[in-house]
Amino acid sequence: MYQYSDKDQTLIDERVTQFRDQTERFLKGEIPEDKYRALRLMNGVYVQTHAPLLRVAGPYGLLSSKQIRKLASIARDYDKGFCHFTTRQNIQYNWPALERVPDILEELASVQMHAIQTSGNCLRNTTSDQLAGVATDELEDPRPYCEIIRQWTILHPEFAYLPRKFKIAVTGAQHDRAAIRFHDIGLQLVKNDQGEVGFTVFVGGGLGRTPVIGQVVRPFLEKKHLLSYLEAILRIYNLYGRRDNKYKARIKILVRETGLAEITQKIEAEWELIKDKLELSSERIKEIQAQFAPPAYLASAAQDTSYDDKRANNPDFAIWVKHNTADHKVTGYRAAYISLKAPDCPPGDCTESQLDAIADLADQYSFGMVRTTHRQNLVLADVPQADLFDLWQKLEALNLATPNIGKATDMICCPGLDYCSLANAGSIGVAKEINETLDSMDYVHDLGDLKINISGCMNGCAHQSVGHIGILGVDKKGVEWYQVTLGGSSENDAAIGERLGPAVSKKDITPVIKSILEVYLAQRSHEDESFLSTVRRVGVSPFKEKVYATH
Amino acid sequence: MQLIKEKKIIQDNWEYIFDETPLKADYIIVSLVRWQQERDQLSKVKHLGLRLEPDVVLEEIADDLVYFQLIELYFPVFTDGRAFTHARVLRSRYGFEGDIRVSGDYMRDQVYYLSRVGVSSFELNDQDNAEEVIKSMDDFSVDYQDSIA
Repeated sequence: MYQYSDKDQTLIDERVTQFRDQTERFLKGEIPEDKYRALRLMNGVYVQTHAPLLRVAGPYGLLSSKQIRKLASIARDYDKGFCHFTTRQNIQYNWPALERVPDILEELASVQMHAIQTSGNCLRNTTSDQLAGVATDELEDPRPYCEIIRQWTILHPEFAYLPRKFKIAVTGAQHDRAAIRFHDIGLQLVKNDQGEVGFTVFVGGGLGRTPVIGQVVRPFLEKKHLLSYLEAILRIYNLYGRRDNKYKARIKILVRETGLAEITQKIEAEWELIKDKLELSSERIKEIQAQFAPPAYLASAAQDTSYDDKRANNPDFAIWVKHNTADHKVTGYRAAYISLKAPDCPPGDCTESQLDAIADLADQYSFGMVRTTHRQNLVLADVPQADLFDLWQKLEALNLATPNIGKATDMICCPGLDYCSLANAGSIGVAKEINETLDSMDYVHDLGDLKINISGCMNGCAHQSVGHIGILGVDKKGVEWYQVTLGGSSENDAAIGERLGPAVSKKDITPVIKSILEVYLAQRSHEDESFLSTVRRVGVSPFKEKVYATH
Repeated sequence: MQLIKEKKIIQDNWEYIFDETPLKADYIIVSLVRWQQERDQLSKVKHLGLRLEPDVVLEEIADDLVYFQLIELYFPVFTDGRAFTHARVLRSRYGFEGDIRVSGDYMRDQVYYLSRVGVSSFELNDQDNAEEVIKSMDDFSVDYQDSIA
């Protein structure tokens, strides 16, 4: 894991001082509301329905056990005993007091964490694959590049006041687990014909009100040009992105209105002028890569036989392994998911006592590291197979072992009307109701891979438009209604879901989802045809007919 | 009017001349429109400055920069971040060595960034805060990016 240098630490300490001063000036009435708003957002502070919300950065989703313990203590001391993991690998607190936020930031800085640029119209947290460095389908670990980008984005003097927010995601794997096609910039490590590793650069993806799939502006970018290319894209965006309408201000709209060919030409022309001045040296890359060196894996891990025995003799353990663990590039190890989607819990929430326990488990079983995922779960990425049984039992006791990763009840869900001042409708309640309906785990497993995403408004924080089933809360004359889409995906087969038909009422939404699942089971050609494949093969019509005939 | 230039509080001797009013001053700043319309006359002025709005296309005035001792980047609203790019490009691409000043709705909490992209003077909106504004230019003692300052 990357360890802060003196410079990194100085910078976040000085940021705490700066934000403390800004907040004090605001509370004394010396900064007007609209200006303080921009400043607090750039430190992750929103003003919500009940209290301010503080979003803490989880750089590319990697956290140490020490950091997890700090998150737990903050939840205890400044919040109501829990925090929430977001789709961009960040951490949110829903109940801090504004005047205490500087103290929270100081606590975070003591463990090399911050909330810099987690909101606002600026360069946001860079996200990545939760299996980075351990995935079997990975070309190269993307995290060193994420860290290089993190440093470049932090307090970039030219790009602090962009037309709108700007998000970058990086993956080094073939299977896209980081939704790179739905980011303002998506970077995928690839190998060219000469065998050199570089990046394919996607631009203009995004979700929200106008979901757009990112397009390739450069099929192969040499590593040494990474920062100059990002700088060229950002400069073009800063100059030409729309500032007259916040709903048209993202780079996806600039790409659409300008056209891919012209925007690519503009970016490339700008890049030509700066590329030699901002080269990333191979020494610099190596220096950062050294900080992500693999942990001390034991060669003996693969010799363990207890794992196979335990799986053979304990069906519940075997099911958990099947659904909640992933292959590891080192034989004898697996990556274990910690499900934050227990049926009775708001998706992505974690209590302070769970956090402390997770930190202990990370120390005991996974080199003291925890990853956060795009789908709001956690991962212990380096668990010896011999330890999986113990880990599973302990997770069970913590209500963190629901075997549902990537399944129907592993829903992405925004805070919705319960917390968010933008929401039109509740989302946590809908997730809970769907969970209650899908109370048989066998049924959930029979449904196979299924991504249900629920957003409480069209800002789409829960990425409903790329859910295999998307649920969008809408307001109809003060009443909560829900719009359903089918067939979206945020992975390699990126697609935006198709509308099923008119919105349905709150009392109908769960029965509608149930009908959709029944249609799927009836329509699938064989047990292994996934929900998404079935929808793509048969189209939305059979679902539509059933849903609107019944409800 | 007070001004901060190179971190010192000084008296501003430049004057922005509104379009269609007489050019009565020794140090004058004019709009881009006026420069384009009265270029011949203005190019004879000894101390000339140019005010740029965020929608300016710098490439189009690059060849004219030799006529100006000062470029004023005007913020109609503090959230419009194009001036940050303009300042940086004026310095790094076009080698502009004169004074780059900001005016309008920028705020104290932006002066650190503005200093880093090459802005050298700041028109004060709130005169009482001059010392504080200067202090904010050094909010951070470290940084990650190549920039002008």
